[in-house]
Amino acid sequence: MELVQPAHLQELIDSFANKDVYIHLETTNGSYASHFKEGFFNAGAFIRNVVVKYELGKVAGESPHRIGLKLPYGWVYAQGITHYTLDEHGRLLMAGLDPDGKLAVSLEISETPFTY
Amino acid sequence: MIKQERHVLVIFPHPDDEAFGVSGTISTYREMGIPVTYACLTLGEMGRNFGNPPFANRETLPQIRKKELLKAAEAMGLDDLRMMGLRDKTVEFEDDEKMVKLVADLIDETQPSLVISFYPNLSVHPDHDATARAVVRAIRRMPESERPTLYTIAFAHNTKEVLGDPDIIHHVEGAAKKKLATMNAHASQTVWMMQDMEKRLAEQDPEALKWLHYERFYTYRWDQDFE
Repeated sequence: MELVQPAHLQELIDSFANKDVYIHLETTNGSYASHFKEGFFNAGAFIRNVVVKYELGKVAGESPHRIGLKLPYGWVYAQGITHYTLDEHGRLLMAGLDPDGKLAVSLEISETPFTY
Repeated sequence: MIKQERHVLVIFPHPDDEAFGVSGTISTYREMGIPVTYACLTLGEMGRNFGNPPFANRETLPQIRKKELLKAAEAMGLDDLRMMGLRDKTVEFEDDEKMVKLVADLIDETQPSLVISFYPNLSVHPDHDATARAVVRAIRRMPESERPTLYTIAFAHNTKEVLGDPDIIHHVEGAAKKKLATMNAHASQTVWMMQDMEKRLAEQDPEALKWLHYERFYTYRWDQDFE
């Protein structure tokens, strides 16, 4: 994955618009967060291989970026995105990595299902 | 003193769960000629260490960790590694009976005299606790006389209050090289920790040496069942 180049990422997001696409969306503090820091309120969310069709997708803000996808009846968004890649299977993988390289958020878009 | 066993079955949810506190024991059993089966339930697909700049992404991480797991097995001299195909962070959401069956089938097949896993509800990560619950339930259903011994690992902050001190202490200094090789095999997860650890070991830090040379377990007590 490379640091986000907003104009290029915007082009890639546009290329998946108005198609049925599989989404992976994840936010995490790590399963050990409240073990290492007592009282830490550990929250996160994870969806994988949910199919959506978005009509408009945008890259917003300076790094870390926000990504929003407007659906006919709803929204998907992620904030904190720093890195991206279009992998060899044509999937758009975006991630927000903290300064230590630990993933905090991930949004991925694919025309084919992600593995299990 | 490490007891002779007929067959040892190790069950953990993530590649590297075996490395920190059991790899010296597994290596020693193998040196003693004891068959060891390691069932690893997931490939740690949801790991967070990608590095900066990143060396992996969410979709490549499972294959990286699979290779590391194979390398770790080799480092321990372990030749029966099972990858069970579940997904990291979802173990507790699987059907409870399915999980018990998964463990029971492994026990039926390998006929272990000893099972090693986590202790239910004292093992911090939800996958650890879910794995432990399935292991305890599967063994509990066996007739008492046929049950394998169960050694457990627990590391929640309140472990000592609940369980006291571990009753099984394995001196594994003879397997120190293999233990370090196992830790290093899981580089995507351990490279930061090991940089610090190797420095401490070089300085003869007593806590680091204790970690390297001793492994501790709680024998599961059926008279103090967790549920």
